Amino acid sequence: MAQLTMRDALNQALSEELARDENVFLMGEEVAEYQGAYKVTRGLLERFGAKRVIDTPITELGFAGLGIGAAMAGLRPIVEFMTFNFSILATDQIINSAAKMLYMSGGQFKIPIVFRGPGGSAYQVSSQHSQALESWFAYFPGLKVVMPSTPADAKGLLKSSIRDDDPVIFIEQERMYGMKGEVPEDADFTIPLGVADIKREGSEATIIARSLMVPIALQAADELEKQGISCEVIDPRTIRPLDIDTIVESVKKTNRVVIAEESHPFCSVGAEIAAQIAERAFDYLDAPARRVSGADVPMPYAKNLEKLAIPGVEQLVAAVREVSYL
Amino acid sequence: MATQVVMPKLSPTMEEGQLSRWLKKEGDKVSMGEPLAEIDTDKATMEMQALSNGVLRKILINEGESAPLGQPIAIIGEADEDISQLLKSAQAPKPEKAAAASLPESDAAPAAESRRSKDEPETTKAAASAISEDGRKRKEAPAGDRVLVSPIAARMAADSGISLSTLQGSGPSGRIVKRDVEEAISGKGKQAVPRLRVVAPLRTAGKPVVFAPSAYRDEPLSEMRRTIARRLITSLGPIPHFFLTTEIDMERAADLRRSLNEIDPELKVSINDVIIKVAAATLIQHPQVNASFQDKTVRYYEHADIAVAVATESGLITPVIRSADLKSLSEIAIETRELVTRARARKLKPEEYTAGTFSISNLGMFGIDEFTAVINPPEGAILAVGAMTPKPVVRDNQIVIRQTMRVTMSCDHRVVDGAIGAEFLQTFKKILENPLYLFV
Repeated sequence: MAQLTMRDALNQALSEELARDENVFLMGEEVAEYQGAYKVTRGLLERFGAKRVIDTPITELGFAGLGIGAAMAGLRPIVEFMTFNFSILATDQIINSAAKMLYMSGGQFKIPIVFRGPGGSAYQVSSQHSQALESWFAYFPGLKVVMPSTPADAKGLLKSSIRDDDPVIFIEQERMYGMKGEVPEDADFTIPLGVADIKREGSEATIIARSLMVPIALQAADELEKQGISCEVIDPRTIRPLDIDTIVESVKKTNRVVIAEESHPFCSVGAEIAAQIAERAFDYLDAPARRVSGADVPMPYAKNLEKLAIPGVEQLVAAVREVSYL
Repeated sequence: MATQVVMPKLSPTMEEGQLSRWLKKEGDKVSMGEPLAEIDTDKATMEMQALSNGVLRKILINEGESAPLGQPIAIIGEADEDISQLLKSAQAPKPEKAAAASLPESDAAPAAESRRSKDEPETTKAAASAISEDGRKRKEAPAGDRVLVSPIAARMAADSGISLSTLQGSGPSGRIVKRDVEEAISGKGKQAVPRLRVVAPLRTAGKPVVFAPSAYRDEPLSEMRRTIARRLITSLGPIPHFFLTTEIDMERAADLRRSLNEIDPELKVSINDVIIKVAAATLIQHPQVNASFQDKTVRYYEHADIAVAVATESGLITPVIRSADLKSLSEIAIETRELVTRARARKLKPEEYTAGTFSISNLGMFGIDEFTAVINPPEGAILAVGAMTPKPVVRDNQIVIRQTMRVTMSCDHRVVDGAIGAEFLQTFKKILENPLYLFV
């Protein structure tokens, strides 16, 4: 297996799927000539031509709608948002058309489209450009939401998303594009949507983390192991459909759970997971499920405040100790 | 902000206090925690401390005068503050209300003021809440009558047939958590064999520093125990006493004491110190005796807090050697001597003479051979110790002269049945006749 950055693993997935199916095409701002604002689409214009790798104007609502129309007509578009902060402009198309078309057409129109791009916090891009929007999209029936935390997961999940017949929101983490990891080179390597991954096995507490929080949860688990607490780290990978069974099984084993997330706490994905745990594993809990979320404020610009607004290893360690009554 | 200083509750049974001596006079500066006056209670003379900073503006009762709990006795405020309102209200006190504002029943903190200012720290209140009515510290303040338990702990307890009411929760607000049930499950086997195994409990790192009353667990009364209690309570007074007497060969105990004092004359170990130590060790082996009858439960104590009856000019008082089972003979000797000295000077604090788990009364120094003592409620038993005297006894078919001592234990039959008490005395006698058991 090759050591690849998250960026190159995503590029490989795009490249392989563009090659595999001629109905797949890619569009977005700066994806072609400039090769992507984060260079995820590097070399794709050269390899697949301007008909399949298309630069769009700065009109998110417009090109999102265009993509949905193309999907209804039988193509498999991949729409890149330069960041998911800009997807906010396209939400009418995503929510009202992409998510509902299959239902409203009585099953006549599948929408096999992927909306992808970076989300969450970056480095000092302030309130309007540091948002974790996954709970918005996960809220609507009809959308799938995927958030990888390793290069291999990124590749396998993106390929599955492109092959999926439903609209998929694929959120990459802006800080993680340079993260390296082993990535299978097999062109048929995919990871099914809706299957969580146990990133680390443990017996005394479960940490549920996604995206940027996964490496932080693993560091916290290392620290906690030194303190004599064995933690299991679970990455759901797909927010919707959510693999609650894997989570419940882990909670039944450990009896204690901490949910880490970069997003704001109110109405977050963590809130949903905590509620489902309460419904499905109540009898196994030794302490209430504890969420460790981003600060409930717009992301500050100041470097020190930005650091405080994102959960870190220390907060996770403290939360696990709290649910362990230590 | 000026505040009234009220007569504080300084002992569990105090209803009024006599102002023995003012330690400050009007116009003196006082600071929080500084002694303000000496108060004579029904038990002892105690210092009362100021709970705020300022100037002692007005003294409301003179030395030698008494005041009921809660009555204003002084006013503390800024030097130039107008205290006319406070003076007026002090002259028309509402005793019940004022008493309610003073410290709760059980609190041993030696001062109280009716608070005027909301921003003062509520430390006394917090300290009081951790202590229950009989002055013992609970491991956690319980959340009313509700048993707080985590779902998994409840399931595990049900699966292993452990009653939640027998568990002490270690989680927040006393919540019973998984760990507590696990400990109860693993501890089950241990309780079954309490025999002569650990006479002198192993001392872990460092000296035991024990000032707090022993922790305990409450076990619900069984139907049989309830019946025994109901029937026997009609016998002798409100506590159904019965008495067990045995004669103990004290040769070896006396030798032990003599040898110790030869090694270090400073130790000054008395035979009573040896008796305390042996009684504590025996109580740990017979936890059924280290117990008290509560309304709906029998309370079993983890440690032996031994009350020692001391005669003083003004009457009987029982200073308590906390966790005597954890203390060495020399520690017991020093502590007892110190407590007895202060008892005679009426300088004991209430927490030093309440909440024992077992009492010892020794009238040997008066030449009494044997007597029966009255139980010190809520304790389950008291040991009456007679004089140690040389007596002819039969050993190996020979008449020899041995130091002997007769002890009589009074037991509360609601808690301690005859055989249980007899077994206790048997062990007590065995250790006292062979004090080396203390070291195995």
